[in-house]
Order: sequence, then structure tokens, then C-alpha cells
Amino acid sequence: MILDAKIPAGPLEQKWTNFKNNAKLINPANKRKFNVIVVGSGLAGASAAATLAELGYQVDCFCFQDSARRAHSIAAQGGINAAKNYQNDGDSVWRLFYDTIKGGDFRAREANVYRLAEVSRNIIDECVSQGVPFAREYGGELTNRSFGGAQVSRTFYARGQTGQQLLLGAYSALSAQIGLGRVQMHEHTEMLDLVLVNGHAKGIVARNLITGEIKSHAADTVLLCTGGYGNVFYLSTNARGCNVTATWRAYKRGAAFANPCYTQIHPTCIPVAGDYQSKLTLMSESLRNDGRVWVPKKKGDNREPQDIPEEERDYYLERKYPSYGNLAPRDISSRSAKEACDSGRGVGPGGLGVYLDFSAAIQRLGRNTIEERYGNLFEMYENITGESAYERPMRIYPAIHYTMGGLWVDYNLMSNIPGLHVLGEANFSDHGANRLGASALMQGLADGYFVIPNTLGEYLSTQFGGPKITTDLPEFKKTEEEVRERVNKLLSVKGTVPVDTFHRELGLILWDKCGMARTEAGLKEAIAEIKALRERFWKEVCVPGVGAELNQSLERAGRVADFLEFGELMCLDALTREESCGGHFRVEHQTPDGEALRHDDTFASVFAWLYKGEGNEPELEREPLSYEAVHLATRSYK
Amino acid sequence: MNFHLRLWRQKSADTPGRFEGIEATNITPDCSFLEMLDIVNNRLITDGKEPIAFESDCREGICGTCSLVINGVPQGPGRGAACQVYMRKFKDGETIFVEPFRAGSFPILKDLVVNRSAYERIMRAGGFISEHTGGAPDASAILIPKPVADKAMDAAACIGCGACAAACPNSSAMLFVGAKVTHLNLLPQGQPEAKKRARAMVRAMDEEGFGNCSNYYACEAVCPASVSASVIAKLNRDYIKGEVSEAVGAID
Repeated sequence: MILDAKIPAGPLEQKWTNFKNNAKLINPANKRKFNVIVVGSGLAGASAAATLAELGYQVDCFCFQDSARRAHSIAAQGGINAAKNYQNDGDSVWRLFYDTIKGGDFRAREANVYRLAEVSRNIIDECVSQGVPFAREYGGELTNRSFGGAQVSRTFYARGQTGQQLLLGAYSALSAQIGLGRVQMHEHTEMLDLVLVNGHAKGIVARNLITGEIKSHAADTVLLCTGGYGNVFYLSTNARGCNVTATWRAYKRGAAFANPCYTQIHPTCIPVAGDYQSKLTLMSESLRNDGRVWVPKKKGDNREPQDIPEEERDYYLERKYPSYGNLAPRDISSRSAKEACDSGRGVGPGGLGVYLDFSAAIQRLGRNTIEERYGNLFEMYENITGESAYERPMRIYPAIHYTMGGLWVDYNLMSNIPGLHVLGEANFSDHGANRLGASALMQGLADGYFVIPNTLGEYLSTQFGGPKITTDLPEFKKTEEEVRERVNKLLSVKGTVPVDTFHRELGLILWDKCGMARTEAGLKEAIAEIKALRERFWKEVCVPGVGAELNQSLERAGRVADFLEFGELMCLDALTREESCGGHFRVEHQTPDGEALRHDDTFASVFAWLYKGEGNEPELEREPLSYEAVHLATRSYK
Repeated sequence: MNFHLRLWRQKSADTPGRFEGIEATNITPDCSFLEMLDIVNNRLITDGKEPIAFESDCREGICGTCSLVINGVPQGPGRGAACQVYMRKFKDGETIFVEPFRAGSFPILKDLVVNRSAYERIMRAGGFISEHTGGAPDASAILIPKPVADKAMDAAACIGCGACAAACPNSSAMLFVGAKVTHLNLLPQGQPEAKKRARAMVRAMDEEGFGNCSNYYACEAVCPASVSASVIAKLNRDYIKGEVSEAVGAID
């Protein structure tokens, strides 16, 4: 199979305009005849569902939470990038594009990223007109802050709750469309499989989480906006419910899974404190605007931080990367923290932590300013650790936060399965091997508000005149049967071990061997261990209760069963990619000073994996990445 | 630490519920309240018993999924949602009562899980600015003074959890509705539909069976997002304007 990215012709700056000028349109009377399924109601899902409904499509939107407003985009803290150049500090579409490509370690698609930078400006306009209360100056203008991997201030924010406010904007737009009867919302409903009719994605099978009813839903096209797979690590900054099931089920129906080993480890999270923990809490990257990262110069120095004099502290990011300093990109900052701790200079319990110190900023700006900028984060930190960051430095450590990999899509956001579109974190396309801060919100909303409304016509215009798809087709009945079988299989194991135990074990294997540093031997061990764990799962897992009721153990068991398969693919991808790039650091491939070493001649390509049946190795397809406008350079933040 | 839990168990919406005593032993003080419930649940599963159903998602206080009443207080002691409550706040050996939100308009689905779809229907009645994607002017075209933007943000911080209605003796949802009306009606973009919005959301709220505000301030006291009860005053003002405007047939 050849993966055709369908990049429009013409110079980079003209591609999106050319595309729109020549895109296939669907007239308003015909839009009403098309039914669109949107799975997920985060930034990508809610914005797509609302916008497509405004355009006149019949939309069905699904979320497993009790309300569309609870999707995990809500938890994003720091901000959203846009090339507005309101600060007059030299920003431009080109610069945002270049920073994103470079931040992704030259492993993202040029044309997609340029389009993202272009529409970033429209997103801010759109959100302001929905009533998103971005931070402003006294004169009433919008204000910005800077984020990692950029030397301009282009990040718009709403206190430490930018994701919440952007999602509430999209959710408001969605609510309006539901009220008008143009979107049918299905809350507490989880997609468990994708239905193909003649090789095209034409519906889903979903389980109502309150009644347990398993039911088919038909449509002309399906949009997966189901987020990332970070929870495969068990401990992550993701919400408890985040899962890989929707995209994994699509993979098992033939969709290519691209770059699963590209995972982002966020440098500033509250360190792990014990094995009772259910999640890790992120402290926004925006804190690095004013906080300075350091560890003691001496190994095993267990003095209180305030007793360690200035000259005995190692501000290692400022030392190693003088031009970006504390705002070095996430992958680099995380790895540096690991290095500092591995060398025995970590702080706090187990030596797994570094300091993020605000004392200089408090002295310079006053406590009030710091409180205004980060008050809620400081409060959250104190609540969890019992320590005040106004009085002593925060202790932070990297944690899994975001996944750049996802289902393969072309320029139109369609996967290799015709009719299956994938938006937001669930696809692979824009962030390469590492995502810059404040770019996830940008991508989710770009895909939903501005890309898919323009690209959906490319597929739908080929679907006129066919027979109407209904759930009476045998394809739906068959898939429904398979879903029921899988649910019954989980319920019938009747072992004694809770689902969480397997999930936690899987997470430990992956964090250890497919986390911040990966080796060939480690990855091979991980694959073997995951296989063994999966076997044990299907013999020993205990899922109490029945299927036809609210059964949270059953929900989790289904998700963990999929994680147990997915984790293996992630390790296989990491093993096959014999280079280091962005968040993927293979110990065998590093420069003498410990930086990631890419091998552009063999690996400047997307790895897209195709399912080849139970027990068989998946097949690897490569989409070469060709760079016309930028020069492949060694990433330097020094 | 050890705790005697008195947990609300209820099989389904139409069966009666009751408190059940469960021991939570050997709990680390750094554990969050929900992690303590996870531990209890995993022990129940290992013992072949049915775990307690409760909802949570982000576990960092922002998604609003938590719906627990801990010792009579919706979202538990201290600021923030129930997921932000840590066991070090309790005394060793304490008896802790855990119930679902109690409000007629939030029927119990199972154990500690409630149905809050009433809030969704209120939002759909008017909790938005009608605009279509792509038609927006440049974001800097309309200046919004910082104090106005800040007040709008204070109200917009609502996480939609429902603790306000659960705490109110009248089961009033006016803090929730007031927060949305204040957020949107303070902003210049929200002006065209300001009166209509207040009218439509209050009517939807009444239809769902929520009571009215009689100044107990219980909502403000439990609100995990610290939304001020002054949003209810703003709601009343805009609602009266909206009703009068409609009654006299004015253009609004």
C-alpha cells in the first residue's frame, strides 16, 4: 500500500489557499443529507461537531463522560499559540511554522504545519467572538506570554485555565447546535468498534455506559477526535478515562497507526510520591517564564534549598542552553532533569526531582504579580504536596503528558480507510517527534474549526448516489456481535486480580523501558514482558458485575485490554526507529554531549503500522518526509 | 491511617439506597480521597465483592466530574473539587460519610453517580453567543478593559459540577446559571443576546425543577471554582430586564 499524503501543489505559502480555491464543495441542500459521526467532544471534537452542524450537516457526537464539557482538553493550563504578532516582537506565520517544525525535530509534515501556523490567527479571532476571556492589558488589548522553544511571546492565555476556557467556548457552540436540533449528543456512550461497509468507514458500535446497551450508529463518514494514548503509562497527566480504544479499534480494522513511539514527557510535573497514586499533576510550562530550574552541584546534597548558597547551585538549563535557558523545549528539559537525577543530584524522596525556584521572580516582581500569574497553580501544588512554593522552590519531575503519534492521516485529515477522519491529538500529523508548549490547543481547534470543514467535501463529494447506509446492514450486525463477544469474554475470565493492577504493571514496564531513554535490549525485554502480562490478564483479571448495567470495572477492563496490545506496538516502533529524535531518545544514538542524534538519510519518514491479524507482526509502511522549504538542521537551543 | 466509611449504596435509579459501613485500613496520609476509594474498591474486587461506583476523570479539579458529598459537604472539605481532598485533612480513626449529590433534578444512577443532564439542557437554552465559525473580526478589534475581562473570567471559571445545587436548601442552580450569564453578559460580544440569554436560561432552569435563590450562600461556600454569589445578583438584574423587555414588546 502506498500512503499518499495528498499534499497540494504549489509553493508552501500557497498550498492551503490553492487547496481551498479548488476544494470540492457540497451545496447546502446536499449537506443536510449527509450524516457525520464525531467521536469525542474535546477541542477537536466539539469544534468539528459545532462547525459542521453550522454548515448544515447532520451530526451525531459521542463522549464517554457525562457531559461534552468534561473532555480532557479542559485540563490544559498554559495557553494557545498564534502568529498574531500583537507584541511586535518579530513573530510571523513563517516563524511559528519554523519553530513547530524545528521543535518537532524535523519529523512532521511541512505542508500540514504551515497550514496550522496560518490558521492559528483565525482561531484567536473565533474564540474571542465566542466570549473566551483571554488575559488582557489595562488598555483592553490581548496580552501574551512566551513558551518553550520560542523566542517570541505568542501564547494567548486565560489564567492557568486556557484549555478550560477554549473548551467551554467550543462546548457553548456545540450546545447551541444541540439546542437547535442539528447535533444529536450521546453522552456516557463509548465507541467500542468501527464499522466498515465495502471498505469505507460508515459507522460505529458504542456502549451506553449507564444501561450497558450495545448499539450501532450509521453515518456517511466518521471523525475520530478521541485524544492521545498517554494513559498506556498508567501514571500520566491525562484524565483517568483517556484511552486508546477508539483509535486502536480503527487500527485493527485497517487504519495505519503512525509513529506510536513519539510520546511527550513533560518536564514540570509534581513527582511521584507512592504506589497509591492514580495520576500525576502537571505544573504548567508557563511557570518556566519566571521559575528557574536547578539542582545542587554536589551529589547527595540534602540541605534545605534555602541553605544551599547560590554558587553551589547548578542552573543546568541556563548553563547548557544559554539562549533559551529555562524555556528550552520539553523533550530537552525533561532529558536534562533525568540526567541531573541520574547523576545523583536529584532532590526530594528517592532523588527523583529538581527545583523550580521562584524566589528571584518574587524579588523582582513582587509576590502579588506572581500570585496573579500563577496563583491557582501554586495553590494546587500546596494542596498536593503540603508545601508552599512562595516560600520554598517547587519540586518537579518529568511525566508523560501528550502523544504525538496517532492514526495516520493525509492532508485532508483522512486516514487510509476511506471515510475515516482523525482530528486533534488522535492523529499524528503536526508535531513530529516533539510538541511545543501551547500547540496542542492550537492543533485541536485548527483541525475542528478550520481544516475539516474545508476538507470533508473531498470525501463526501464521492459519496453521492450510493444506497443509504443503515444499521440494518449485515456489517453492523457482525461488528456488534464481535463487540458483545469481547465484552462477554472480559466478564467471563472471573479471576481475582483487579484491572488496575495490570494497568499499573504495564505502566511500569513502559516507563522503565520505553520512557525517557530507550535501548534495544530494554525494548525487546519490554515486548516480552507485555506479552506475558497480556496472557496473565486474560487468565486472572476480575471484572465483577454484568454487562447490562453501569459497570466501571468493565469499562476499564476494555481499555486496559487495548492498552496491553497497543503498548507492544509502541515498543516495536521505538525498536525499529534506530535514531533519536525529539521525545524518542535511543541511548545508542546520541551526540558526544548527550543530545539526540538523528539519522536523516534513513529515518526522515513517518512509520505507519498496519494490522495483519492476531499473532502476526504488523506491516511497516513508510511515508517519506520531503522538505522543500526548510533545511534539515541539527536542532540547537544553545 | 484507618477510617470507618459510611458509603451510600444504591443499585440503580429506581431502587432504594442505604448507607453501608466499609473499613478503609492502612491508608497513607498523602493519598487523595479518590485514591483512598480506589484502594477500597480494589480490595472489594479481590474479596469478590462489587466495588463502589463513583465518577471522576481529570483528578486535578477542573473537569467537574466529581459528584461526592463528604461528611455532608458537596465536594468535601476545603476549596476545590472532591478529587483535591487529601486524607491528611482527616483524623485517624474518623468516621466519614460519603453520599452522592442530593438534588431532585440530579437523579441518582448508581451508588455515588448522579445524572446532571439538567445542566446540559439549561446550557442549550442560552449558554452561548450565537456566531458562526469564520465570521469573527480580528481579535484585537474590540478592546475589553482588564477589570471586565477579569470579572468575566471569575465567572467563567465555573466547572459545571453541580455542587451549588446540591448544597442549596432550595436546590437552586442559580450560581451555575448566574456564572454563565455573568461571563457572557459582561463581555461586549455577549450584548446582542444578553436579555434573551438570561430569560431563556432561567426558564429552562425552572423547567428542570431547580428552586430559586433565597440568599443562603451555601452555593458560594462549596463552589470548587470560588464563583461569587454576586453572579446571582447580576442574573436577577438581567433576567428582570429580559422579562420586562418581552412583556412590553421591546426590541431586545
